[in-house]
Amino acid sequence: MNRDLLLPALFPQGFTLEEDQDDFFRGTALVADETVLLVGSRNAVEIGVDLALRISAAVLTTLRTHPGRPVVLLLDTQGQRLRRRDELLGLNGYMAHVAKVMEVARGRGHPLLSLVYGQAVSGGYLTSGMMADAAFALEDAEIKVMNLPAMARITKIPLERLEALAQVSPVFSPGAGNYFQMGHIDAIWKPDPQEAPGALARALADAIAQVRAGTSEDARMQRGAQRGGRTSAEAVARAVRQHA
Amino acid sequence: MRKSFFEASARERLLGVVDPGSLKEFLPPSARQTSPHLNLLDQPVAFDDGIIVGAARLDGAPILVAAQEGRFLGGAVGEVHGAKLVGLIERARAAPVAPAAVLLLFDSGGVRLHEANAGLLAVSEIIRALLRARRDGLRFIGLIGGSSGCFGGTGLIARCCDALVISEEGRLAMSGPEVIETVRGVEEFDSRDRALVWRVTGGKHRYLLGEVDSFVPDETAAFRAAAIGLLQRPAGLDLETVEREHAFLARRWERFGNCDDAPEIWRELGVPLPLQVPGLAAADFVALAQPCRDQP
Repeated sequence: MNRDLLLPALFPQGFTLEEDQDDFFRGTALVADETVLLVGSRNAVEIGVDLALRISAAVLTTLRTHPGRPVVLLLDTQGQRLRRRDELLGLNGYMAHVAKVMEVARGRGHPLLSLVYGQAVSGGYLTSGMMADAAFALEDAEIKVMNLPAMARITKIPLERLEALAQVSPVFSPGAGNYFQMGHIDAIWKPDPQEAPGALARALADAIAQVRAGTSEDARMQRGAQRGGRTSAEAVARAVRQHA
Repeated sequence: MRKSFFEASARERLLGVVDPGSLKEFLPPSARQTSPHLNLLDQPVAFDDGIIVGAARLDGAPILVAAQEGRFLGGAVGEVHGAKLVGLIERARAAPVAPAAVLLLFDSGGVRLHEANAGLLAVSEIIRALLRARRDGLRFIGLIGGSSGCFGGTGLIARCCDALVISEEGRLAMSGPEVIETVRGVEEFDSRDRALVWRVTGGKHRYLLGEVDSFVPDETAAFRAAAIGLLQRPAGLDLETVEREHAFLARRWERFGNCDDAPEIWRELGVPLPLQVPGLAAADFVALAQPCRDQP
C-alpha cells in the first residue's frame, strides 16, 4: 500500500509530518485522542547510517520531551544499505543503536508498535520493527530474508524442493503470514478503507491499549509454538534456562 | 605455547578462555538437539547446532558463556542455535546471583539461510533478550576473532554488547563483502581484494573507530586476559547511555561520511603513517592507535 493512502486510513483523527524527505518521515498523529510519535520509511528505501541516525534521533527526542508517548513505526524497506561506505562507518553499530534506543524506550513505558506496509527485509527490520512490543503487517506486505530462488542458489538446494517445503513450513519463503505462524506478527491487517472505514485506526488503538496492559516481555517463542509455526525454539530455550 | 584463536574450534576457544575445568555445558552434543529444518532439507546437522552454551568461571568469577562454531555452516544462526542463546540470556536474568558477565564468542556470518525466517526471528529474539538483560545491569562481553568473522545479524548482536574484544583477524560488519559485490558490482566492493576487506571490516579499523574496547593478538590467552580486564567495566543501558552513543555515532557520520577507504579516516584521526597500519604487529598497533582512536 502507498504511504499516502496508508496515513489517512490509519489516522482518521489527523496526522502531521514534521519531516518527510529522503524516504524518511517523522511526525505525530492522533490515535483514540492520544498523540503518538510516527516514524517511518517509504519507497522500500535501504537503511544506511544516515537513516538509522534519523530513526534513533526521532525516538530519542520523544523520550525526553514526551514521556510515555507511543511510538509507531511504519516500514517499507528493502533492508540494510549495501554500500562499502556504510560498512566503513560500521553500519551494524548504527543499526544496533536503533535497537538500544527502542529497548530504552520500552523500559521507560513507551508502547512500541510497528506496521510493515510494503517490504521488510532482514537487517532493515531486525533492529526497528522487530523490536516492537506489537508487530503488524498489511495483508499484501512482504517480510523476508530472501526469495526462494536466491536461497536455492546459495544453499545449492533445488528450487523445486524449497518450493515444495514452503507449502508445509513457514520457515523458508517470504510472507507476513509465515511470520504470523512463527509468532512474530501479532496480526495481519486488511487495508481496505472503503470496505471497513476506521478499521485500521481501531486496530491500532486496541494494540496500544493491549501493549500498555501487557508485561512487555517477549512472548514470540510461546506464540510460535502455540500457532505451530515454530516447534523447537521454546522448548530449547526452556531446556537451557532450566538445565540443572 | 601460543594458541591461535582464529584457527581453534569453538570448544578449544572456550576451554582456553574460561578457568580450567570450570565449564559446565547446557544441552551438550549428547543431547543431540539438532535443527529440524536442516533435517527436512537432508543437510548435515551438528549435535549442538553450532553453538556451545554453558556456565563457567573467569578469573574465579561465575559467568555464563556461549561459543559459535564457525566451521559448521559458517556459524550461522538457526532456530535451535538461536534459542540456545536466548535461553542462556534468560537464565542469566533469572539467576538468584547474577553472573559477573555473559561472555559471547562470536564466529558467524549471521542468519542461517537454510532456515531463513526462523534464523531472522531468532536473531531478533537474541537482540531483544540481550538488551532487556542489559537494562537489568547484566554485563555482556563479546570476543571476535573466529574464522567466519562476525557479520549480518551476528554483527548486530555483537554491537549490542557492553564491550567487545577483537583481533586483527576478527572481522566485524553488517553485510559481507561478497554480498555487496554480488548486488552492487566489483567497483563497489571487490571481495577478492583481501587487503581492502581487512581495512574495511577488520579489527584494526574497528578499534580505531571506537567500536570495540580491546585489540589483542590472535592468541586465546590474550582474549582471556582482555575479557578478564573488562569484567569490572560499568554495565547498564539507560537513556544517558544511548544519548552518549547517539552523539558519538552522529559525530562519526559528520566527520567521516565522505571517506571512501579506511586510511582516510585514520589520517583524519591523527594516526601517524596510516598506510603502515595494516602491517603493524598487535602491540605496536595498540601503542600507535590508543592515543588517537575515537571513543564514545
